Formats: sequence, C-alpha cells, structure tokens
Amino acid sequence: MTSLAEPFATGNSFIHRSDPRARIACAVLLTVPMALVDTQLTAWTALVFSLVLTVLALLDPIEIFRRLLVVNLFIVFLWFFLPFSSPGIPIFSIGSLTATKQGFQLALLLTLKSNAVVITLMTLLGTIRMQDMGPAMQAMGVPPKLCHLLLFTYRYIFVIRQEYEVMIRAMQARGFAPANNIHTYRSYAWLVGMLLVRSWDRAERVNSAMLCRGFSGKLYTLSRHRFKFSDMILISAGVLLGSIFVFIDLHIKGII
Amino acid sequence: MTHGNLINLHDVYYAYPHEAPVLNGVNFCLAGGDSLGLMGPNGAGKTTFLHVLMGLLKPTQGTVELFGIKPNTPEELRKARLQIGFLFQNSDDQLFSPTVLDDVAFGPLNQGLSREQALERARTTLQTLGLESFEPRVPYRLSGGEKKLVALATILAMEPKVLILDEPTTGLSPEARKRLMTIINDLDTPRLVVSHDADFLSHTTDSILAMRNGVIRPGQLKPHTHMHVHAEGDIPHEHG
Repeated sequence: MTSLAEPFATGNSFIHRSDPRARIACAVLLTVPMALVDTQLTAWTALVFSLVLTVLALLDPIEIFRRLLVVNLFIVFLWFFLPFSSPGIPIFSIGSLTATKQGFQLALLLTLKSNAVVITLMTLLGTIRMQDMGPAMQAMGVPPKLCHLLLFTYRYIFVIRQEYEVMIRAMQARGFAPANNIHTYRSYAWLVGMLLVRSWDRAERVNSAMLCRGFSGKLYTLSRHRFKFSDMILISAGVLLGSIFVFIDLHIKGII
Repeated sequence: MTHGNLINLHDVYYAYPHEAPVLNGVNFCLAGGDSLGLMGPNGAGKTTFLHVLMGLLKPTQGTVELFGIKPNTPEELRKARLQIGFLFQNSDDQLFSPTVLDDVAFGPLNQGLSREQALERARTTLQTLGLESFEPRVPYRLSGGEKKLVALATILAMEPKVLILDEPTTGLSPEARKRLMTIINDLDTPRLVVSHDADFLSHTTDSILAMRNGVIRPGQLKPHTHMHVHAEGDIPHEHG
C-alpha cells in the first residue's frame, strides 16, 4: 500500500503549481539528452541540475535518498562487472581478471546519468497527482489506451495484490508450505493463473461500471490547469538545459 | 412524455456462448413511482438480467425498451444508461478514481457538465449523504460500508431517473446496512433492488418479484411467523 502513496505529489512549490503538461514536456526535454550524453562533465552537470530541481520542488531529501537507494542497489552490480569487462589501462587484477581505468569511468558515468535521470523524473513526473497524469497525457496526444492503462494499473494493482493475499492465505490455511517440489510449483502456477482470470473478470466488470456511468473514452479532470507564463519558463528551462547538456558533450568530443 | 414505463423488457432470452440459457423469456416492467424488489436463488439469472437491462449484454431474443426507445447504437445506449443509476454488487468495480470527489464527479462530467457544475453536483451529493469529509480520501482505502455509500453517491450524482441496486447489502455491517436503508428510503427515485435480504427489500420497496430459472414472477406471500430472541439478532440471518 505504501508503494502506492504519492509523497511527492502533495507539495506546493512552483513546480507543483505548474501545468502537468509542462512538467511532462520538461521531463522529456531533460532526460533524453541526459540519457544520451557520454562524458563525465556532462553527467556531473546533469546530476547537479537535477538536484537543483529537487530543491526548487521542496521535496523531502530523506524520501529522495530512500528511493535512490533502491535504484543504486541495481547500479552496484555495474561496479562489479564493468571495470573487469572494459578494455583499457589496467589498475589492479584479481587472479585472471584485470580492472581497467576505462571500466571504472564507464561505471561512474552510468551511475551519474541514471541518478540524474531518476531524480529529474521524481521531481517532474513524481509531483503530478495520478488523477492529473491521465488527462495531461491525453491532452498531449498520448494514445488514450496508454493513458487508461496507466491509470487503471495504478488503481487496481492494490486490488489485485489483495486478491493474491486472500488466495495465498487460503492456501496457507490449508497447510500449504512452499518447498522445492512439483506440488509447490504447480500450486503457484495455479495461483498466478487464477490471478490472471480474476483480473480479467474484474477488468470486464470495471468496464461495465464505467459504461453505466456514460464513459465514452475521454478522461476529464477536476483540477484546473491553465497554461501560465511560468509554465512557458519551465519548458524554456528544459530546452535550455537540454541544449547545454548536448553542447557540453559535443564540445568535449571536439565536434563543436 | 407520458407516465408510461421507464423500463420494459419483453420476452427476453439470453444465453452465454456455449452454455445453457440463463434468461428464459423474462418480462419486466418498471413504471414511474414503482419501487420493486427482486429475489431469487443464486444462479437464477438476476445479474445477467440486470446486465441485459443495462445493455451490457445483448439479448439473444426479445426486446429491451428504455425510456420509450429501443436503444441500438452505442450512443443511444450511452444516453439511456446516463439516466439509470446502477449500483454494482462489488463497489471496488465501480470506484476507480484516485479520490472520492473525482469518482463522484466522473458521471456528471460524462453527462457533459462543466467542471464547476460537476464539482458542485459531486459536493452536494456527498453532503446529502453525509459524506462531505470523504472528498479527498482514496476509494480503495475506505471500509466496505463506506465504499458502498460512496458508490451510491457516484450514481446519485448523475440524478438518475431510475435506480438499480444489485445486492446492495452484501458484506455490510448492521450499522452500514441500516444507514443504507435509511438513505434509500429517503429517495423518491423509482427503483429496482435485487437482494437476498428479504428484510431489506420489505423496508425499501413496495412489492417483491421472484426470479427462478431465468423467469420473473410476482412474489408470493408465504405465511410464516417470526418470534425469536437471540444474541446479535439484529444481524440479518436465516433459519433452516
């Protein structure tokens, strides 16, 4: 349940007050260059700018740190493998494995970039309340099916989890204890199958319920968002920063 | 518009693909001012009947007339449905928005109301039901009884001409059930209540129909006495 809470969406900063569409646009403008650049300096710049954004959005640093921990748990593995698998100047070796300078640099680059991207998304997309996300995406021309998919995944993932828990408890009540045997795997397969069937049934019922209330495919929002001057500034900042990243990157490589 | 029938089903048959028919010639009619109850054992076809009535399922035979027309196109169906408030058996199927207020405003927005009008409508409806404090709450975190009341609010906000309640008391606590009973009794909207709860039906409807083997018949009065006292006797229960 906690995973469905939206701790970042409740603030009242200049970013929270901006039009969700501007935030989505800005997020795309910033993260695409961030993901594409491959020089250290650009990556550091991106990280610094993303941190500045969190300050502007007045987000709780502890909460950000907690989420980054999860992301970096995956990145740690890069540090185990990349130094030993990239060719370059050797630094040290363990047995037949040799760690290279280039390998470490690559690991550092990926760490910086992924953190910058995640922080930017947290600040710009994480601050959009779910009920505004669907209509905003719809207004930006995202196919309705994708918008609905996002919205309903968010709403029903908890219900599906509840059904899973009910079923697993019912299994335990009948003495089910998972072990490494075919009975366990078969039971789990049935559980997953049943979960799919139930989700399908539920999807049909939800669809009926929405039809009964006159749903015709278009999402509406109660929040009022008008495109303001400050939204233009946000998008301009996105364009400017994105260009800066690309410029630094190309400049270092000697292309510009 | 005459005071004619709001809903009229004539000789309706329905069978799910590759299965034995569920509805075997249903005749049903709800007129203005009517307040009907429908009882029937599990598998009698009650839910199928309701879904055919709402146009969610197309009958294999027979006609469904809603508000004087036989809706055929999706748009006609949509218009007809907008005038019927259909309360689903499982509130989780009905409530899908991130907040209660959004959910209650969903129907009015679909009806074409402006943002302000929809908001106003949603707020008044919640107020009438004494749920104004629920506005910012998240539907999936409400209790079963609260969910049911909010689900009722979402359909009342559409100011329907007819109310259809499918098993409204299932899983409700005695308090929640009582509150729902009071609310429904205070409404003067024509209604059809489907339930196993005879006591609830006798309090919220004027006459009770019975459904058995895919056919609806007028309910029959069976004399019986009730005179017993036992612990938790106010909870609806059955005696063998």
